[in-house]
Amino acid sequence: MSSMLVLAIVAAIGVVAFFIGRQRAVAQDNGSVKPHSRAHYHGWWAFLLAVLPALLLLAVWNIGSSVYLERHIHAALPERTADSAVASEALDVSLVKSLARGLRQLDANTQLPASFAELQPLLAAKGVALATDTQDYMIPIAVEANAVQDRLGLIGAVVTLVLSIAGAFYALRQVAPRARARNNVERLMLWGLLAASTIAILTTVGIVLSMLFQTIQFFDSVSPASFFFGTVWDPRFAAAGSGGSQGQFGLIPLLSGTLYIAFVALLVAVPVGLMSAVYMAEYASPKVRSVVKPALELLAGIPTIVYGIFAVVTLGPFLRDLSAVLTGGSPFIQGQSIFTAGLVMGVMLIPVVSSLSDDIITAVPRAMRDGSLGLGATRSETIKRVILPAALPGIVGAILLTASRAIGETMIVVLAAGVAANLTANPFEAMTTITVKIVNQLTGDLEFNSPQTLVAFALGITLFALTLVMNIVALYIVRKYREQYE
Amino acid sequence: MNIMTEQSLENAVGDKMNAKSNEVIKMRGDKVGVFYGEKQALFDVNLDVRLNQVTALIGPSGCGKSTFLRCLNRMNDTIDSARVTGKITLDQEDIYDKSIDVVELRARVGMVFQKPNPFPKSIYENVAYGPRIHGLAKRKADMDQIVESSLKKAAIWNEVKDRLHEPGTGLSGGQQQRLCIARAIAVSPEVILMDEPCSALDPIATARVEELIDELRQNYTIVIVTHSMQQAARVSQRTAMFHLGYLVEEGATDKMFTNPDDKRTQDYITGRFG
Repeated sequence: MSSMLVLAIVAAIGVVAFFIGRQRAVAQDNGSVKPHSRAHYHGWWAFLLAVLPALLLLAVWNIGSSVYLERHIHAALPERTADSAVASEALDVSLVKSLARGLRQLDANTQLPASFAELQPLLAAKGVALATDTQDYMIPIAVEANAVQDRLGLIGAVVTLVLSIAGAFYALRQVAPRARARNNVERLMLWGLLAASTIAILTTVGIVLSMLFQTIQFFDSVSPASFFFGTVWDPRFAAAGSGGSQGQFGLIPLLSGTLYIAFVALLVAVPVGLMSAVYMAEYASPKVRSVVKPALELLAGIPTIVYGIFAVVTLGPFLRDLSAVLTGGSPFIQGQSIFTAGLVMGVMLIPVVSSLSDDIITAVPRAMRDGSLGLGATRSETIKRVILPAALPGIVGAILLTASRAIGETMIVVLAAGVAANLTANPFEAMTTITVKIVNQLTGDLEFNSPQTLVAFALGITLFALTLVMNIVALYIVRKYREQYE
Repeated sequence: MNIMTEQSLENAVGDKMNAKSNEVIKMRGDKVGVFYGEKQALFDVNLDVRLNQVTALIGPSGCGKSTFLRCLNRMNDTIDSARVTGKITLDQEDIYDKSIDVVELRARVGMVFQKPNPFPKSIYENVAYGPRIHGLAKRKADMDQIVESSLKKAAIWNEVKDRLHEPGTGLSGGQQQRLCIARAIAVSPEVILMDEPCSALDPIATARVEELIDELRQNYTIVIVTHSMQQAARVSQRTAMFHLGYLVEEGATDKMFTNPDDKRTQDYITGRFG
């Protein structure tokens, strides 16, 4: 029985339990005792007890049975010898698994041939493509594995359904005028919300850990000092397995490129975004605001690759030609440059700054504006001296949030600033960033345990630390000013 | 002054606190009407504000008294949908005239709001805000002088003189309101408008602010909106009663509280409605 079908039946049991529970609660309310919970709470409680434990069991069962299946296949495979046909044990198991999946596509009464060579056309006719190094001995194991899986699935389904019905009965027996169904439902809501917020935190921890192990592995072959303080980025790509010479993995050119481009972007985005927020919050009539604000926010919805294309196709050549005209010959702005990337990224970030700041400025109480205007201050004096200072903590937070985005941006940089890891102070030359190099190191046909690949994780964790520090600083600033202002 | 109306002359007779000779009209509303969008909030209000007197505006909630007050320094301009008709003069000059600079007007007609609204700055900076904007002090010593004298006039100097550079928002409600009054005084206005300045204060703080209002009358002309009949009786020389957007009656406070002409005024004052 498939998991989907089980899920549907469990849901149906839950719905039935809901209606019965509600009905029972309504029937029991004869007016003599004031019911503790309204009828639909009894219904929800029955629904939750019918569905939640069953789903939990089903999930655990499925995980457990796939682990069991893997062990089973493992045990059935012949002992490995030096001249085994397949490179590794893990590959062996996964070949059997995909073969088993393929066999399921065949009609139930198909006579299975004993050799893979005969089996392959049959599977191909069903649209199943398999790796050519699948061995003949795997076929019976795969058939056996399918049988085990079916058996496990059936047991799991039956147990799940029994648990679901038991849960529903248990809840329905509890229905009574003074039963505290409302409190039970509320408590489950609380746990549900708690679980939702925990997921984000646990994921972050998981991401950090997954990068950490690879990073430690990387630092086994490259010393941290030469990574963090190295000024040359030259990873020397080598084909898988060919050994190849060690490259140089200096972080400095990438880090400075990242910060430089982010800085140029913020130089564009912050003043323009802030001023547009001030206009929107303080000056614009509701009519203008209702047009301009969505239009501006539309900018935020454009995929960054499109900005990148604009930069590389239009803006980059334009700036190069412009600089050539200005100097009368050789262009001083390269086609791909920090300046171009920063400019385009800045434009991309304008709506982020302006939207966040607009909310913050609008949140400054009207009493502040009235107080200042009532003293004969002009609008711009009021904004400059009262509203912006009052909104400052929020605005600083918004800017740092924007900076995090600028640092994490990849596509615009690849296209507009290039992939050359230069170390330069000239904004009109090409430079590249950490994110670009992460992508660079992980794409292509490379050994996964070479420093050339592992360096991506070290870069990733550095980037993570960088944005983490920025967020901490942002929080600190916001808190400090808040204390001062309230 | 021949610009006084018959009505106000009549009332002035009963006002024993002021001789006729110093009954100068500082501000005058002539058929003032206010619209918020389509809705009319104020109808044909004719009201005089006399120099160095406290004029109290009373009436039930939503009667238009705050609206009228906000017309006097054009604070209604900050509300997009608001429209003012009729004529309001300050020293016989139409304040809604095109030639009038609203910034200058608000420097002459200051305002204290219902809820104390000190800026999120230090006490000193709160008071120095207005003078700084209008360039009233050339040197720091001048500014110190303005701040000190304003705080003294607002009767809060002794409480804050040792903590001038602490945030104004850290003061108690009553102190904050007096700070806001000091802030308004610092730009040397001629008229101070107060919109229920004591409604957010406890009785002790209210008493301090009322005392202060009485003192300020020597140098300034004050218009105050209040919900408290006792407050109107205690601090004002003249009282105007509003109801449903109309000015019901206006006259010397003594007379208004003892022998009002209009039944609605009597009912309101004695607490029969409102």
